[in-house]
Amino acid sequence: MATTAPTTGTSNRFQHTRRSRWWLEVGWKYPLAALIIFYAAFPLVFVLSASLDERGSLAGTQRLFGSISFENYQNLNDTLFWTWVGNTLFIGLSAAIGAVLMGAAAAYAFSRFRFQGRRSSLTGLLILQMFPQTVAFVAVFLLLISLGEVIPALGINSKIALICVYLGTALGSNTFLMYGFFNSIPQEMDEAAKIDGASHSQIFWGMIMPLVRPVLAVVGLLAFVSAFGDFILARIILVSSENWTLAVGMYQWVSDQLTARWGIFSAGTVIAALPVLVLFLALQRYIVGGLTAGSVKG
Amino acid sequence: MSTETTAPAPSTGKGTESHSRRWTGLGWGFVAKLLVMMIVNAFGVSAIMSAWNAQAWVILGASIVLLVVADWVYFSRRMLPLKYIYPGLVFLLVFQVFTMIYTAYVATTNYGAGHNVSKAQAIDAALIQAEREVDGSPSYPLAVVRDGDTIGFAISEDGVVEVGTSEEPLAEVDGSVDDSGRPTEVDGWEIVKVNELLSDQALAQEVTDLRVPVSDEADDGSLRTREGSTAKVYRSSLVWDEEADTLTDVDSGVVYTPNDRGTFVGDDGSTLPAGWYVNVGFENFTKAVTDPEYSKPLLKVTAWTFAFAILTVASSFLLGLFFALVFNDDRIRGKKTLRTLFILPYAFPAFLTALLWRGMLNPEFGIINKWFFFGADINWLGDPWLARFSILFVNLWLSYPYWFLVCTGALQSLPSETTEAAKIDGAGRWRQFRSITFPLLLVSTAPLAIASFAFNFNNFTIIYMLTNGGPRFEDTSVPLGSTDILISAIYQISGVAGGRADYGLAAALSIVVFVVVGLVSALAFRQTKKLEEF
Repeated sequence: MATTAPTTGTSNRFQHTRRSRWWLEVGWKYPLAALIIFYAAFPLVFVLSASLDERGSLAGTQRLFGSISFENYQNLNDTLFWTWVGNTLFIGLSAAIGAVLMGAAAAYAFSRFRFQGRRSSLTGLLILQMFPQTVAFVAVFLLLISLGEVIPALGINSKIALICVYLGTALGSNTFLMYGFFNSIPQEMDEAAKIDGASHSQIFWGMIMPLVRPVLAVVGLLAFVSAFGDFILARIILVSSENWTLAVGMYQWVSDQLTARWGIFSAGTVIAALPVLVLFLALQRYIVGGLTAGSVKG
Repeated sequence: MSTETTAPAPSTGKGTESHSRRWTGLGWGFVAKLLVMMIVNAFGVSAIMSAWNAQAWVILGASIVLLVVADWVYFSRRMLPLKYIYPGLVFLLVFQVFTMIYTAYVATTNYGAGHNVSKAQAIDAALIQAEREVDGSPSYPLAVVRDGDTIGFAISEDGVVEVGTSEEPLAEVDGSVDDSGRPTEVDGWEIVKVNELLSDQALAQEVTDLRVPVSDEADDGSLRTREGSTAKVYRSSLVWDEEADTLTDVDSGVVYTPNDRGTFVGDDGSTLPAGWYVNVGFENFTKAVTDPEYSKPLLKVTAWTFAFAILTVASSFLLGLFFALVFNDDRIRGKKTLRTLFILPYAFPAFLTALLWRGMLNPEFGIINKWFFFGADINWLGDPWLARFSILFVNLWLSYPYWFLVCTGALQSLPSETTEAAKIDGAGRWRQFRSITFPLLLVSTAPLAIASFAFNFNNFTIIYMLTNGGPRFEDTSVPLGSTDILISAIYQISGVAGGRADYGLAAALSIVVFVVVGLVSALAFRQTKKLEEF
């Protein structure tokens, strides 16, 4: 406006000071934002470019989008990548569903029933969830060796065993998140349903569960993401390569400097990260709420 | 409540009859419960039976208790809250509470390589290890036989076929032999072809490990094979004397007695390789502090663990806070888009981030050196201090978005009156931030910072995936390195992924981590005062 509109000298100077004030207060934030976006995004742009590079080596990927080919993606079919995707989905979804069901049931009990030892159980859960399960991985490993001799499905190298280990944390980490949410649903609704002849299980499945859907989604997503990202337990429990999850398998691709397979790693990364990325960004508001309550990552 | 009520029919029932007259005892819910409980009981009973067979008494006891309580909870009318808590509770007890207690137990033993079985199993192992081919033992023509998963040996002696397995000593059966005396047909068993033995490595291993007792008497020895076509009699040179609690070598006459370290020591000073785990009290804890091999590296690892956790939280908190302060400004356009782009690293799976940066920081081919340092050969992950810096930098990239989100949320919920009052009182911008915004912000973010500290204290993924704990310390034989934090050190020492196993020491260090994390969490606990909510 200032440059096109014919103005008098004083107002011109006024415009000028306004402009410099704008730069001082707001304008400089845009270049800074560009810098931050570059910082945040260049590794992601790089991995996308590397996944499309036909040479598939780390050395050949220094020029961004030097060549566009889908060879790396095709090469994924020759590896166990899709098996690992299947394993990760199976383990993650089972852990998520289990965590949601068990957490919700426990939160319902704590929120709706008054029973002896309720307060102390809640305190106990609160204390237990402070101790990360992964630190006890030596004991988990030894436990699964002994369990495997009795029940092979719960032994080392079993996906079921890994799911069970993940479910061990379901009660500790999720009950609180859900407990608060359950408390926000008025008790009077339960009482009305009870008078109408609903049993406690009908109230739980038919009335409460549909009402708490948002928190169920958050807990399910958090459980899935933590199973998806877990390395240490998956690594020691899943031995043979056809049972691996993505974290264990893709680590194997790049851990050895001599045989590192960057091309297929990049392609695999794009495929594995894209759904999580989209889901995360779409649900960011809920997840931040869940994080500040449970703080899982960070 | 009465039949005259004309209120709309309840959503769960039909008709206008009083609910007290309706029979609701056995609905679909009950049938579903019955089905689930049938499956649970079937699984539980089979677990109990196989625990009995495997002589795993602890598992047997635990399965019986868990199953009985499950049936009691779900078929009694009184245990209403437990009906909802029990499934999660079982997993919690077995996979979290028990593992923690078990960690404490293992920490007081010398469980590890050379001491990884009970005493009875160690004696069996010692007897097997001392087995030698009996001098002048005839060599029997052999056929490997199979019945389902069980494999056994069929041999022939003077045309008579005998079959045995690892459990059952040799016994006569009907069958036929060829010219060389090798059994060709054995009643009730399937003959495994030699070709199959050659092509199936796992099966070949199983065959060479198989020991078939010659008779019920252990002193008669057992049949073993090296190549799968002939068997010879092997006998242990050691003899177990249960009364005296000793093993005697019948060839050399050396008597081995058990010591309190879980090893058999001979009267000539030699030891047997097979050992068992014994209680060693607090030795693992003192070993970590006093053993020169361990104490120095572990001290460095501990210091770095604290430095890593504190610096990560501090740097990402400050960067996130700075971005939040700058961009919490209504005059900026496209705030939502900017915010989504800012938190991209957070939405990217952490383990892939670490692996990706590992490639980007590669000194020869990585783009960090090529793009930003003009192709200089900077060994980011190979130099101890640069590797530490790289880890902090990558973790900053990974976690500043979290703090950006948290601080933005906290800033938006701050009361605007206080800042306005300060403005009126003439406080400058810096003063406003230092005296009002920042202290208020800390109140809501401090518990999260403590939780984040506890998380990073055990952030195994980023360390292991980025540097593998390396570069290795050169002044010790312990497989630890400059960027190892306690949990990755525990991983290396425990040997669960290969290498020499020392579960005892690893568990002792786990206990140390538990204590630290517990103390830090207790701090957070007092801060948030979550208990007040109940």
